[in-house]
Amino acid sequence: MLRLILYRLFYGLLTLFVVSLVVFAATQALPSDPAQAILGREAADPARLEALRRELNLDQPLALQYWSWLSGVLVLDFGTSLSGGMPVSELLGPRIQASLSLMLITAVIAAPIAMAIGAFAALRRDRRFDHSSSMVTLVLAAVPEFAVGIVAILLLSTGGLKLLPAVYAGSSTEVLSNPDQLVLPVLTLAIAVSPPIIRMMRASMIEVLESEYVQQARLKGLPERTVIWRHAAPNAIGPVAQVIALQLGWLAGGVVAIEFLFNFPGIGKALMDAIEARNLPVIQAVTLLIAAVYVLVNLVADVVGLAANPKVRVSSR
Amino acid sequence: MSTADTARTGGTATAPAGPVRRPGLLRTAWRYHRTKIGVVLAGAVLLVAVAGPFLSPFSPTEMAGLPNSADAEGTLLGTDEVGRDVFSRFLHGGYTLVSIAVLSALAGVVGGAVLGLVAGYLRNWADELIMRTNDMLLAFPQLVLALLLLSILGPQVWLIVVIIALSHANRVARVTREATLKVVEQDFVKSAEAIGVPRWRIMAAEILPNITSPLLVELGLRITYSVGTIATLSFLGMGLQPPTADWGLMINEGRTAITIQPWAVVLPVAAVAVLTIGANLITDGLSRASIGIDRGVEK
Amino acid sequence: MTGSEPMTGTAQAEGDGAAALRVEDLAVVGHPSNVRIISGVSLTLRRGHILGLVGESGSGKTTLGLSLLAHCKRGTEVADGAIEVSGTPLTGLDEARVRRLRGRAVAYIPQSPASALNPALRLRTQLIEALHEWDEQERGPRADRVREVLREVALPDDDAFLSRYPHQLSGGQQQRVAIAMAFAGYPDVIVMDEPTTGLDVTTQAHVLATIRSMTRDYGIAGVYISHDMAVVADLADDIAVMFKGEVVERGAAARVLAEPEHPYTRRLLRAVPLLRTEGHPEPGEPDAEPVLRISGLQAGYGRTTVLHDIELEVQRGECVALLGESGSGKTTLSRSVAGLHTQFSGEMLFDGAPLAHSSYRRTADQRRRVQYIFQNPYEALNPRKRVRDLILAPYTHLAGRPRDPDAVVANALERAALPAEYAARFPEQLSGGERQRVSIARAISTGPELLICDEITSALDVSVQAEIVELLRNLQDEGMALLFVTHNIALVSNIAQKVAVLNKGEIVEYGHVGEVMARPRHEYTRALIADTPDFELSLPDEARTADTQLPEAAGQ
Repeated sequence: MLRLILYRLFYGLLTLFVVSLVVFAATQALPSDPAQAILGREAADPARLEALRRELNLDQPLALQYWSWLSGVLVLDFGTSLSGGMPVSELLGPRIQASLSLMLITAVIAAPIAMAIGAFAALRRDRRFDHSSSMVTLVLAAVPEFAVGIVAILLLSTGGLKLLPAVYAGSSTEVLSNPDQLVLPVLTLAIAVSPPIIRMMRASMIEVLESEYVQQARLKGLPERTVIWRHAAPNAIGPVAQVIALQLGWLAGGVVAIEFLFNFPGIGKALMDAIEARNLPVIQAVTLLIAAVYVLVNLVADVVGLAANPKVRVSSR
Repeated sequence: MSTADTARTGGTATAPAGPVRRPGLLRTAWRYHRTKIGVVLAGAVLLVAVAGPFLSPFSPTEMAGLPNSADAEGTLLGTDEVGRDVFSRFLHGGYTLVSIAVLSALAGVVGGAVLGLVAGYLRNWADELIMRTNDMLLAFPQLVLALLLLSILGPQVWLIVVIIALSHANRVARVTREATLKVVEQDFVKSAEAIGVPRWRIMAAEILPNITSPLLVELGLRITYSVGTIATLSFLGMGLQPPTADWGLMINEGRTAITIQPWAVVLPVAAVAVLTIGANLITDGLSRASIGIDRGVEK
Repeated sequence: MTGSEPMTGTAQAEGDGAAALRVEDLAVVGHPSNVRIISGVSLTLRRGHILGLVGESGSGKTTLGLSLLAHCKRGTEVADGAIEVSGTPLTGLDEARVRRLRGRAVAYIPQSPASALNPALRLRTQLIEALHEWDEQERGPRADRVREVLREVALPDDDAFLSRYPHQLSGGQQQRVAIAMAFAGYPDVIVMDEPTTGLDVTTQAHVLATIRSMTRDYGIAGVYISHDMAVVADLADDIAVMFKGEVVERGAAARVLAEPEHPYTRRLLRAVPLLRTEGHPEPGEPDAEPVLRISGLQAGYGRTTVLHDIELEVQRGECVALLGESGSGKTTLSRSVAGLHTQFSGEMLFDGAPLAHSSYRRTADQRRRVQYIFQNPYEALNPRKRVRDLILAPYTHLAGRPRDPDAVVANALERAALPAEYAARFPEQLSGGERQRVSIARAISTGPELLICDEITSALDVSVQAEIVELLRNLQDEGMALLFVTHNIALVSNIAQKVAVLNKGEIVEYGHVGEVMARPRHEYTRALIADTPDFELSLPDEARTADTQLPEAAGQ
């Protein structure tokens, strides 16, 4: 058990290392000249180009460039933002908090509701609730999240009911003090993350309910309540936990479009702003961060999955 | 025991027709209402995307009136923020999205299927290499990887196709490998190995025909996701570039004026939504049908 | 359809007063097709008696067993009839009342305890649950009762054992836990659904002994569902034979076994392989050079060796049975011969020439002359190919493109006793037995000299098994050598001339079948023979030729 966890940890670290290589390669090592890309039309001025190259360490060999960047990253120094001259970590700090609040609120609301819907659909298999929830889930799972967001805006903000603000107005430090501005982004993200959780919960619950040990529990004469809560639910949740973790990881990337749509001051918005301004250090930092969250969440999912399985937990004592 | 034997031959000689074979995947899928609804929805949007350019009253880039007027003369649904005809741009805006999405999904499924099949059957260093590389690539959310590369290399159509296809391929490879592993365990594969049928022919003739169902389901799923991701990229300004008429881009351009000219957003959003919903309904029909077929392995 | 003839009331007339279980004209239908899964079933059973419910797959015996607990699988329901346990009707009760009767009036022992025990709950929890209607005031603490019943099934009763999870037990122990669970609440009736399937014969013998003694001691009426006539003959007081959803014959065990009235019963009895036969006649003097000679063979996976020092010979036209339980290494050995398992050392000569480890390294001629038939007919045929292509593709690969492909297919099918029209079918249009015949047709189409049969009848019903064995005998008479791998000692005497008994990777006994059966030298073989139910066919021989025109029970 411990060895398995250590192996996964090591593997997670290795993945992070490769991720950092990819981010670095994409941004600094590609044949195109990043300095030129950053300056765009202004690149005509050779002096400015040279200055920028020096600032980005582009005049050094690739390995050294990578090393100096990575050693900075390890102590959370992502360099200096090219617009404004602020350290990237300082710039992103409050935005990370804002995005994390958004993600956590979404997760706390969406996961239990989705699991409840999925489990209920399984218990009501092939009846009306099951059919309608399956249809709604199918529809929502297909539509890209920004389209869901726009529909939500059209319905709740500009078109039908003028209940909520369409876009966020305010700074990243006061996210929690404007709950009405959070409703639409959270709602959109929740709709986007829920369908896979609902489907997995339903499928897993059905599989367990059809299993021989649940049949045996019924044949023993246990009350249906005991059968469901003691025999079925604990065995059904294992696979779902993994899907939930995957969906949380997805949220890390999914916030980009949603923050862009709602003008929400988180890392996603920061990424889009940085892309627009060709602000290389911020692009590197944010993509690395998102990938790191993704890897980490998957790692946690793996470990939780292992710990929840008595076969793994007990056999290696 | 000879009597049992005569019973056997005697019984079968009188009934040569035998039991009827189960219908194929597509026919089974077509029995579900959702598949039919999906075909109608996706078909309608595809029709707009393909036939639209021939029917549009204006060219997608010409000025048809004053900017953002809901009732400009001669236009059906008014003009956008530059003064171009919204309806004409809508009719022109689907073709690129649909073709890029289908192309990248096809490329991804073909590539992923080959990788997954080889990895799942050979189970050697190639498997390790392919699957480990895969895991590493999976550490990036699809959209973020695309944004990273597109922001540095510049938004170009071929690059979008490559990136989307790649990120599909590693997910398809996983699914294909799982499906392959299930087939490889079955004895008919070992039976071919025992008489020394070449490995490539075992993959092509014994395994591939038995994993077409999951692959078809994957194709549907990948087209659905392709449409979503490419539309999202355009919406974020990292897909097709102005002044092209493109549904994702139209949403991006029109969203600031959503209160005065909602059509510029509503039409493309509806088209993207209906297309993805339709594709997903078809996919779900296929996957239900394929579960039924796979269940047919035991008696 | 057969078997709708009225019951001859010879059997259950006596002892109606003490009936613990009474089933009257029971019918279960499936939805939405409204097919009758079982119909018109009537049974009575006294306390302390065991009823053997025998039938092949698809006969409805499990459906009947579950309906005795008022449980129907999804999409099925009791349409008709009545079930009474100790005078209490079970049909027509609401869910809560049924629930209270389960475990106390009727209990159930499942077929596969590995999947019927909840993997996430400790044994203690699962065992105590079985006592949900237990009155602690009157009968003492539940925990004490759990320990008591564990001792009765010869399991440890300490806390450490009770704290275990199911996966920490062996298959035999898991089945004992399931038995303890069923007996714990002193039920009136216990339904046992093939509780020894998947256990080796030694464990099976222990489990059966436990079931027998506890049923008698507790005075419980037991319903023992099985496909294995030999086990039932050994265990049951009464026998009911099921065929296509109906009980076609029932009566006292001795009567049913000696004077079966229904043709299907006779056919079932005749299909049971007999443990002791005179053996197959000797094929004459052995040739100088055997077809297959294995000497000093070691094989394994990674660093573990599973086969030690194997010596084996197969003569032309001879059948050598390789007998072993699961884990004995018999499949590893047969796959090494086939070139599917390559990690072995030692000498393997085919017709005097060495065989390469991997089938890919062997000559085309060697691959043609050694053919392998697989255990599970549902997996051995590519479901996407027609029978014709299933036979032709290997033929073309090994023997080249035939001048007359139709003749090759027709000839192969004929030798496997299948009609030529089957060439156009897909595997899904065939029954299990027919599929196995196609596998045989495929293997013999290229004219091999050695046929390796890996448990090829273990997935089939007994009546189909008998037909396949007959087919193999005919092939052998044509000069084919067979290496017949099996776990079923009773089959050995019915087909082989020589037997090699494999235990834990070593051949512990090797010799002529008749000799080994009569005078086993190794104690493992002795135990194996002692633990196998010794079935003796007691019906007269003249009944043989009559009334056997029954369709195969396996369906499609």
